[in-house]
Amino acid sequence: MMAQLDVRNTIRMGLLAGVVAVSLSMIGMVEAFDQRDVITDVFSLGQLLLFTAPAIVGYMVVQRGKVKAYGPALFGGLIAGVFAALPIFALLILTLIFPNIRAQLVNVSPTLIGILAFGNGQVVGGLLMTAVMGILGLLGAAIYVIPDRIGNPLILGLGWTLLVGVLSEVLLNILRPLLPRAVLRFLFGTKGITFATAVILLILITTGIVWWQEKGREQAKARREAMSSGQQKTRRQVSLGMGLILLFVLPLILGTYLTEVVDNVGLYILMGLGLNIVVGFAGLLDLGYVAFFAIGAYTVGVLTSQGGLGVGHLSFWVALPIAVATSTMAGMLLGVPVLRMRGDYLAIVTLGFGEIIRVLATSDLLKPVIGGAQGVLQIPKPEIFGFTVIQPQHFYYVILAGVFLAIFLSSRLRDARLGRQWMALREDEDVAEAMGIHLVKTKLLAFGIGAAFSGLAGAIFAARLSSIFPHSFNLLISINVLSLIIVGGMGSLPGVVVGALVLVGLPELLREFAEYRLLLYGALLIAMMVTKPEGLWPSPVRRRELRAAEEETAPQIEQVG
Amino acid sequence: MAQRFKDVDWIGLFLWLFRAAIIVLVLWGTVAKIFFGAGNAYSASDWIDFFVSGLSQGSLYALIALGYTLVYGVLFMINFAHGEFFMSGTMTATVFIALPLSASGFLDRNPIIGMLIILVVAMSISVGVALLTERIAYRPLRRAPRLVPLITAIGASFFWQYFFRGLYGSSLIPFPELQALQGKFSFWGVDILKTRAVVIVSSVIMLIGLYFFVMRTKTGKAIRAVAEDKDVAALMGIDVDRTIAITFATGAAMAGAAGILYGLVFRQVHFFMGFVPGIKAFTAAVLGGIGSIPGAALGGLFLGVIEAVGPPLFLEGLGIPGGHQLKDVIAFTMLVLVLIFRPQGIIGERLAEKKA
Repeated sequence: MMAQLDVRNTIRMGLLAGVVAVSLSMIGMVEAFDQRDVITDVFSLGQLLLFTAPAIVGYMVVQRGKVKAYGPALFGGLIAGVFAALPIFALLILTLIFPNIRAQLVNVSPTLIGILAFGNGQVVGGLLMTAVMGILGLLGAAIYVIPDRIGNPLILGLGWTLLVGVLSEVLLNILRPLLPRAVLRFLFGTKGITFATAVILLILITTGIVWWQEKGREQAKARREAMSSGQQKTRRQVSLGMGLILLFVLPLILGTYLTEVVDNVGLYILMGLGLNIVVGFAGLLDLGYVAFFAIGAYTVGVLTSQGGLGVGHLSFWVALPIAVATSTMAGMLLGVPVLRMRGDYLAIVTLGFGEIIRVLATSDLLKPVIGGAQGVLQIPKPEIFGFTVIQPQHFYYVILAGVFLAIFLSSRLRDARLGRQWMALREDEDVAEAMGIHLVKTKLLAFGIGAAFSGLAGAIFAARLSSIFPHSFNLLISINVLSLIIVGGMGSLPGVVVGALVLVGLPELLREFAEYRLLLYGALLIAMMVTKPEGLWPSPVRRRELRAAEEETAPQIEQVG
Repeated sequence: MAQRFKDVDWIGLFLWLFRAAIIVLVLWGTVAKIFFGAGNAYSASDWIDFFVSGLSQGSLYALIALGYTLVYGVLFMINFAHGEFFMSGTMTATVFIALPLSASGFLDRNPIIGMLIILVVAMSISVGVALLTERIAYRPLRRAPRLVPLITAIGASFFWQYFFRGLYGSSLIPFPELQALQGKFSFWGVDILKTRAVVIVSSVIMLIGLYFFVMRTKTGKAIRAVAEDKDVAALMGIDVDRTIAITFATGAAMAGAAGILYGLVFRQVHFFMGFVPGIKAFTAAVLGGIGSIPGAALGGLFLGVIEAVGPPLFLEGLGIPGGHQLKDVIAFTMLVLVLIFRPQGIIGERLAEKKA
């Protein structure tokens, strides 16, 4: 009874996967991502996007039905894959009937049709697509049916191989000075890794994981247990030291472009750590966070600029603390009116603040001071002991110092009295107040300190770009920062770093993402909240809280008589 | 205790000063404008024009605000993605129906039938998007802490924006111009642009229709019951999930219709069009007292008029240059002020206890 294949469900899920694949094609993602080869001349990122759908749905239908017998499972996977191809077939036929559909759907281009039909006519291509997707569905199901001992390592191996392929450009940049040209030519094709590399990687990773499962894990555990606690401590310190050294030499390895990416990630980590105090620790959802970033940037801009708007022509290092102080003041000032608000109202009001500041910055009203839409220009680069910080590599160290400072402060604050007060506030404001926590002071400190980090990021941002414009400070930055702390795990410091690497770093490495970045953020926010609300790297306290809330939610509290 | 009391008082004082400052500024600007003629001079017909354009803008806000109010009424959540429901239907109907119909001349030959078709398509796409969002992003989170659905709503909002940007491109798409709606109507010597009149009249009709739907039909009764108490409503045999879905659909249908009217007035649509009207409509809903349908309508009209009349009146009176650029600032400032000082809204009292 348990190993039943539900045919109707299989068909439905297959069609659903097909609709997803067709949507990805119609919004242009498949075509945009087709520019990047994962495996040279064999397989592009766009195709990867398209073909994961049937493979995953093939896996899912048999997993849901717990079908372990080969015959029905493979049949189920095949059916799901074939039905996943139907919506694509339909799109192809549609382009045959309405050749001018591009007037409406801008991304249904001849190139896209070429990709979907494998360069054939629509009908032949559609049939081919059906066959390919059917086989992929079947393979997806097969991975479930073969013993987990091999199946799971195979999935991981596939995943890592594809990831290496996707990021091959970055790897090539790093490896170019290190390896001889002949080896590089063997490993990497014109775009992406070569087929041979892919096969080798897949085999290596899969067997590696199988070995680890069977033998390695036990051995490592035994070795760890054999060590004395002192040895364990030294080992931990050594690895920490190595990590720090790696962080310090990173810009030398990465080169200018990648360092620039890392700088961006660093600024977002800085902002994320600030917002993490407000949202993660104190539970105050702030959607106008970009305002403080803007205030920090404009303070430095106006105080140091050599251009017409410059006041004081201070040096960056003098302007920096002023910028941080101004942001802190602004944070507390904007915090006062919202002290009595909670949850969603707070979110909307802070969003309103952020928009007000952006509109004011663009308007003619403040033009004499901060330049209106033309912005502040000619902001000098910081100087330190006669050395000018110009290159992204130089800024890396400035940002690194800022991030270290912020991480240090955050972790100390988290464990201090204030941090525990914030968390009490987050869990229940009324109870916290009853426990003698000073709500006004605690909230204002959260807003102020959170804004300070953001102001610091803004100050560095202004110096790094040499000119600032109001349109760089739009709501999307607030949303980016919010997304990264949610994906990383609210209230978790490593979570902020992970979130920034995933949400800011990855899209910058894959430039095709640029246009679809917010689409993916949106989908990711929903997916995270529905499946894993505690984030990728959760803080233990927060996880417990969310679990507890799930278990004993009392909707009655929400009701109003 | 004394320490605490002193602090609360200090905050209260700050808020009071803040409020007084805003009132003084607005009054000062208005007086300066009216009695001393600061800034540009406007004739009486200019003022009427500002007022009517404010009304037509406001009736759009009112239609969108209904969606916020209805959803807030049943779920106590701010449906941040509501502006996207408004955008999705409008863009789809414009691209697939309005432009082809206009190009073939059908729209000018049968303006009423044509507009009805466009309206129905826009409303049904909006409803579809709303139902999908509700099913995927909100329904699984009914019992989650309150911030969680708000975050998925923000996610849904950006997802839909960039989804439709991918579908139809990032450029402005012109909304076809109707010959039948060119020119002005003249009432008692006052000229009103035909589009504005149509927008106001059709919004009012829809608002009244919705009011009767919620107050007089069985489905409307179910919506009100769910808003009152979900668990008891379920015990009375009401399918709560279905009723919530219907609530979303009703709000989205209004938003879709509002989108087409928006197209008529501004004659262009694009993927980001839902964002600012969405926030402003939320402001309107809060102004009127969130959860109340007549409140949303009044709040929308009020906000529209203030936004249109405000810049020429008190901003110019204060000698602020480029007042029209600050239209959005007026709306957002109103939002902030209302949430701080009167979260129950101008006429509402329902949620006073909960939020204040």
